[in-house]
Amino acid sequence: MTEMVFGTAPVRAVEPVLPRWWRTLDKWTLGAVLGLFAVGILLGLAASVPLAEKNGLPPFYYVTRQLIFGGAAIVVMLAISMLSPPQVRRLGVLGFVAAFLALALLPVFGTDFGKGAVRWFSFGFASVQPAEFLKPGLVVLVAWFMAAAQDVGGPPGRRYSLFITLVVVGLLAAQPDFGQAALVLFIWCVIYFVSGAPVVLLVGLAGLTVLGGFGAYSGSEHFARRIDGYLASEIDPRTQIGYATNAIQEGGLFGVGVGEGTVKWQLPDAHTDFIIAVAAEEYGLVLVLAIVLLYAAIVAMSLYRLTGERDIFTRLAGTGLACAFGVQAFINMGVAVRLLPAKGMTLPFVSYGGSSVIASGIAMGMLLALTRRRPRGQFGEILARRGR
Amino acid sequence: MIRTPLRPLARVLSARERGENPDTIERENRRQRREAVSDAARGRAEIRLLLLGAAFVAGFATIGVRMAALAVSQPIEPQIASSGDAILASRADILDRNGRVLATNLLTHSLYAQPQEMIDPARVARELVVIFPDLDAARLTADFTGSRKFIWIRKKISPVQMQAVHDIGDPGLLFGPREMRLYPNGELAAHVLGGASFGREDVASAEVVGVAGVEKAFDGWLRDPANNGAPLRLTLDLTVQATLEEVLADGMKLMKAKAASAVLMHVGSGEIIAIASLPDFDPNARPVPPTTGEAGDSPLFNRAVQGVYELGSTFKVFAVAQALELGLVTPATMIDTRGPLVWGKYRINDFHDYGARLSVTDVIVQSSNIGAARIAMLIGAERQRAFMDALGFLSPTPVELAEAPGARPLLPPNWSELSTMTIAYGHGLSASPLHLATAYATLANGGHRVTPTLVLGAARPVGEAVISPANSEAMMSMLRQVVTRGTASFAEVPGYAVGGKTGTADKPKPGGGYYDEKVLATFAAVFPAHAPEYVLVLSLDEPVEDSGSVDRRTAGWTAVPVGAELIRRAAPLLGLRPTYAPVAGPGLSLARN
Repeated sequence: MTEMVFGTAPVRAVEPVLPRWWRTLDKWTLGAVLGLFAVGILLGLAASVPLAEKNGLPPFYYVTRQLIFGGAAIVVMLAISMLSPPQVRRLGVLGFVAAFLALALLPVFGTDFGKGAVRWFSFGFASVQPAEFLKPGLVVLVAWFMAAAQDVGGPPGRRYSLFITLVVVGLLAAQPDFGQAALVLFIWCVIYFVSGAPVVLLVGLAGLTVLGGFGAYSGSEHFARRIDGYLASEIDPRTQIGYATNAIQEGGLFGVGVGEGTVKWQLPDAHTDFIIAVAAEEYGLVLVLAIVLLYAAIVAMSLYRLTGERDIFTRLAGTGLACAFGVQAFINMGVAVRLLPAKGMTLPFVSYGGSSVIASGIAMGMLLALTRRRPRGQFGEILARRGR
Repeated sequence: MIRTPLRPLARVLSARERGENPDTIERENRRQRREAVSDAARGRAEIRLLLLGAAFVAGFATIGVRMAALAVSQPIEPQIASSGDAILASRADILDRNGRVLATNLLTHSLYAQPQEMIDPARVARELVVIFPDLDAARLTADFTGSRKFIWIRKKISPVQMQAVHDIGDPGLLFGPREMRLYPNGELAAHVLGGASFGREDVASAEVVGVAGVEKAFDGWLRDPANNGAPLRLTLDLTVQATLEEVLADGMKLMKAKAASAVLMHVGSGEIIAIASLPDFDPNARPVPPTTGEAGDSPLFNRAVQGVYELGSTFKVFAVAQALELGLVTPATMIDTRGPLVWGKYRINDFHDYGARLSVTDVIVQSSNIGAARIAMLIGAERQRAFMDALGFLSPTPVELAEAPGARPLLPPNWSELSTMTIAYGHGLSASPLHLATAYATLANGGHRVTPTLVLGAARPVGEAVISPANSEAMMSMLRQVVTRGTASFAEVPGYAVGGKTGTADKPKPGGGYYDEKVLATFAAVFPAHAPEYVLVLSLDEPVEDSGSVDRRTAGWTAVPVGAELIRRAAPLLGLRPTYAPVAGPGLSLARN
């Protein structure tokens, strides 16, 4: 008996980290993300060549860069997905503070790369768009405030989070970057919606958004031009939309063939905002539907897993992250098929862009961390009810 | 709402009885209430999350459907929406009276660049400079690599140049069809035709717009699609025009004149058979108007129509014709020609002293200023002015040239007695050679007014009578005598009975007064004098005939020989038969019985 106890190897009380991580992880979402990244590299081989040629670089320069950044993003994503929800919360809030400062300093140190909007910090070897990093941080912060508001004796988190969101929206609109501003506002609304917004208020907010849209239309020429381009029934074939539409039509079901596309030579943003047009032209509807399916799968899977979540913060933060990701993809692809007015927004993981892919990696890492399966308090509840 | 009490009294009492802490009951109830709230919230959130997920799936499905709809639809060739009406490049031909082509169109190509399509801008610029040496390679390279999307390189290129550009083989170099105005006869009738340039243009075509001459005057007509391309037929005769320009150019060179002009007009209809002004230009490459110097010395200046000059003694016939018409004189009436004629502070002199008296005919034949002035004094200012108006000297010529309405004769500010006298011998009133030719045609055709015209076929009524046919005949007789025994003796062309009048006008100085050594020598001729068909007005600017010991500048020595040579060559071309006085044959005589 004694030797049975003495000298035996100590048994670990908990499961090892990696197996538990793998067991609880949303493997479908992870697989979809990796699939999107692979598609992005595949399209980058086609779409980024003209840009490289224009800048006098080797043809696959941007593909190599995207591989490096994307690899880093995947590492970051996997690392963050191992965090626990409180750790995610801490990381998100700290990240938000840093990104907010960077955003506020844009007018001083930022650059517009000649595109008419100051959105980037240029570091020579790479440029960083703080708004991309701000979004996951803001989602976490808003979710934290909203969750705290539901605690007994908690702070008025909804009001605080709305205030912070509006400040961020103001900063983004001042760049001007109405697309990101609208996206941020939308995310707050989604989190508020899931956290239990009264229906009357939701209707009122929708009305306000419409009003704000009209205000921006009459107030900003930049904005009005985009909307006019959308409302014009005739597609001017010399606009970006015209080229994109033509490319989708040229591609048909199975595409014109790898490397045979022409739209990438005509559109300056073929490797970012209009990469879906390149995909449609060279690989046809098949690849486009696959991409759409991957995005839909990520969003639907994440939201489904969050329905069973009992922790309010986890649920809200996960919802915000998944929706931000899905809406960004939706807007990007909706522009290409003229469902939505032209808006510069990247396709997460597919578009070229270092800061975009790393920010997407952070967001997806947080989402994966939050959607991991974990004990949902069933035992605790059963035990707690013993007194009845 | 029924609220469960946190401390139900019954349970608290029974707990106390059992010796338990009743606070646990309250805690338990609070916890349950909180859980109930959070369960409700979770249930609501669950529904809303499912709604969100459904919305996203629906959104992505919409995108997929839109993509599929687009992908299966047929791509449409991008069409550039054209703004405004289409540019019509068609322009009618211009023909001479015999149907020979004076102006037509040639299909060429324009060359333009779209740098965004260009593969190697630097090489394209280099190769273009080889083909078009006047282009600047550095400038082209800058244009091709800059932000410009469209650059005109050449408006018109030849087929050889086009092939050379094709051989560069760059997709950024593009051609657009161009109708180009072509004047196959080069400088012939340059001032009449004027020239054309491009108006509105795009890559597919360009408007050809007339800039001067009949091209401008008939611009709307030539471009009117309703004409179905009917050509514009002018009264010019290409052969006579060529002869006239050749003789005029030779004469100008021989007489060392700085410029020359000539008008050949049909006396009955006013049709201009040939008209020229030297120096001239090539309407295929119309020079830019000069910015310095006298506009009247530019090759672009049509001296025969635009230039107004004091035309000297050629005007004397008008005073005489009017005096005859008014019955003041007959050709034999003697006129006092003693000189000088003093009027106020002015003195009128003759070139020679012609003695005390000359007949009216001899006033013309000898060209007496004093005689002409005295005849004008008989007429008076009012009647002279009316007569000059009837001859067309008071308004611009109505000829169909863009420049004609601007050529307004210079009239004396007040038509005084002195003006009357000086106008009688061709000073004090400046008119164009075309004015003079029109007036001579009026005198020659039996006295009805002539309207000069360049367009063939327009039906024109016979003009009002200015002088009677009898007086017209008398005037022609006088003009014939000027050639046979007067100042224009060099104008005798065997068989064509040339009649005419010389005019040697001192040129006015810009500041006032007249040059001594600079004259405008004019010869106004009618042939044949016995049955007038054509009138010729030929002017030489600053001629000098220096073959003799003294330089001779009078028209009789300069303009007249040139005019004679012109008539000698042109009259057969005009279809005139030479007529000779009947000669008695040997051994034949008229017998009368």
